[in-house]
Amino acid sequence: MSSHDNRLVAAALTLGLLAAPAFASDFGRPATPAEIKLWDIDVAPDGKGLPVGGGTVAQGKQVFADNCAACHGDNGQGGIKDRLAGGQGTLASGAPVKTVGSFWPYATTLYDYIHRAMPYPTPGSLSTDDTYAVTAYILSLNGIVPPDGKVDKDSLPKIKMPNRDGFIPEPEFDPAKLFRKK
Amino acid sequence: MTSKSQIESPQRPASVSRRGFVGGLSAGVLGAVATEAAAAQTLADVPDRGPGADLGAHSERSRFVKIDRIPEAGPGKRNVDPNDAINSKTPHQKLVGNITPTDLHYERSHSGVPDIDPAQHRLLIHGLVQKPLVFSVDDLKRMPSVTRVVFIECTGNGWENWKKADPDLTVQNTHGLVSTNEWTGVPLKFLIGLAGKEKNSNWMLAEGGDGAGVDRSIPLTDEIVNEAFVAYGQNGEPLRPAHGFPMRLVMPGFEGNLNIKWLRRLKFGTEPWMTRWETARYTQLLANGKARQFQLRMETNSVITQPSGTMQIQPGYNRISGLAWSGHGKIAKVEISTDGANIWKQAQLNQPVLSKAQVRFQMDWVWDGKPTRIVSRATDEQGNVQPDRQSFIAAMGSNALFHYNAQQTWSIDEAGRVRNVLA
Repeated sequence: MSSHDNRLVAAALTLGLLAAPAFASDFGRPATPAEIKLWDIDVAPDGKGLPVGGGTVAQGKQVFADNCAACHGDNGQGGIKDRLAGGQGTLASGAPVKTVGSFWPYATTLYDYIHRAMPYPTPGSLSTDDTYAVTAYILSLNGIVPPDGKVDKDSLPKIKMPNRDGFIPEPEFDPAKLFRKK
Repeated sequence: MTSKSQIESPQRPASVSRRGFVGGLSAGVLGAVATEAAAAQTLADVPDRGPGADLGAHSERSRFVKIDRIPEAGPGKRNVDPNDAINSKTPHQKLVGNITPTDLHYERSHSGVPDIDPAQHRLLIHGLVQKPLVFSVDDLKRMPSVTRVVFIECTGNGWENWKKADPDLTVQNTHGLVSTNEWTGVPLKFLIGLAGKEKNSNWMLAEGGDGAGVDRSIPLTDEIVNEAFVAYGQNGEPLRPAHGFPMRLVMPGFEGNLNIKWLRRLKFGTEPWMTRWETARYTQLLANGKARQFQLRMETNSVITQPSGTMQIQPGYNRISGLAWSGHGKIAKVEISTDGANIWKQAQLNQPVLSKAQVRFQMDWVWDGKPTRIVSRATDEQGNVQPDRQSFIAAMGSNALFHYNAQQTWSIDEAGRVRNVLA
């Protein structure tokens, strides 16, 4: 370690918090809004982060057949990977079936996950509208969106998933209570 | 490896028995199996000394040591094609001490192991911060660093035994998804200071650079802000790719999947993002159909590693040894029962006993040759006691899949065969 680095460490430790705003310019570089936008892909339950766009169940059926059915089965069931449809009413049984329809609490998470991680070999390769469309199709397989329905930036966050109230936050890290008392 | 000295001297037929001795020893010491053949050998049988292999650029294991992780899929899905594996388990039955060898640290990856050129890797810090910043690996290495020995545990560790106990499982199968390494990196607190986190930001999204882009929302409690760090070093060297090269988040005491590998983004916000992993995946389904969410801390746990599943012991002296750990802090004590959880005796804890790290425990035992069951239970410094299976299942049901920390029982039959049982 160079003496320069040693001085930095010593100075940082002297500050006591290992937080050294005085040296901020020494580390890294400012991120530009344009490059942040490239990576800022997360979608929140209130819809923040969803891009402008939309898609129909009918379009999504074709997108699904082309990109998803090989692993997840023709109707989101019976594939070699995660089952996506059905399972409602099974969670309290001895053989629970966790699917988008029976278990996922937020429809926004479905868009986020498909865009982030799917299709498995080429994650993020679907267009915005195709991602909305296949989201709509998977929701329709679970009876959450009608067969002639569609979803878009505004409607997706408004969908109440069947298992929305099926989760018990751990008291120590309950988002509704944590940091509230300070 | 074809170096001359790796081939034993052809002049000495006794080298055959030498090979048998060494092979037996590695199974005996590490597998708690007595080696009768070794006792008959005289020192005259030991091969002569002589010049060894050329010095190398790095050290390999002895060719007499067979020690590997095993890739597996979900509970009961063993001996799978590597293409279908979702994790790879640490061979605790063959290890000693507290630290897991780097290449044997368990691995759980959600979209394979990316091949990342560190020169092209970047960490973005943005969201509710005064100064969004981009860091290179070299930037991080210039910063003040911390080094800490911690366990990392997949929440699926122990998941083979939720519903039944397969008698053919080893401790690698049952508890191979926890390991302890020394990690070096930059305190999260330092990075937060550089970017200038806004006061109203209490949650942080950490995202990986793997194909799945695994991301988790992390509550910025005092404990987490003070203890988390972005690691680039593992047991003194750069991270291995399977463990997040060139940088990963280390979250001492918390779910393995929060220790985001191939870390490339930290975003500050006010609420959790409800990612797939914190809703549909790493939540624990209870018997009533509701699921525990944000059960982020790993529980108080222990397991006997020697003797353990599929080993065979002899009557007489046997040393019991194992590992204990807790996401709440230090292990305070480990007790062992050798009569099926009736009488408990306190085991010796090997030093050092570190907070949120695995510690080795051991106890002398003379087996009378009668069938019995052996089991360990850990207590941490906060007073948390590892639950027995019956009360654990009563509280969690048998569908939770993750966060299994019930006491592990091994049965021993009249022949000394050690088998996995529920209790």
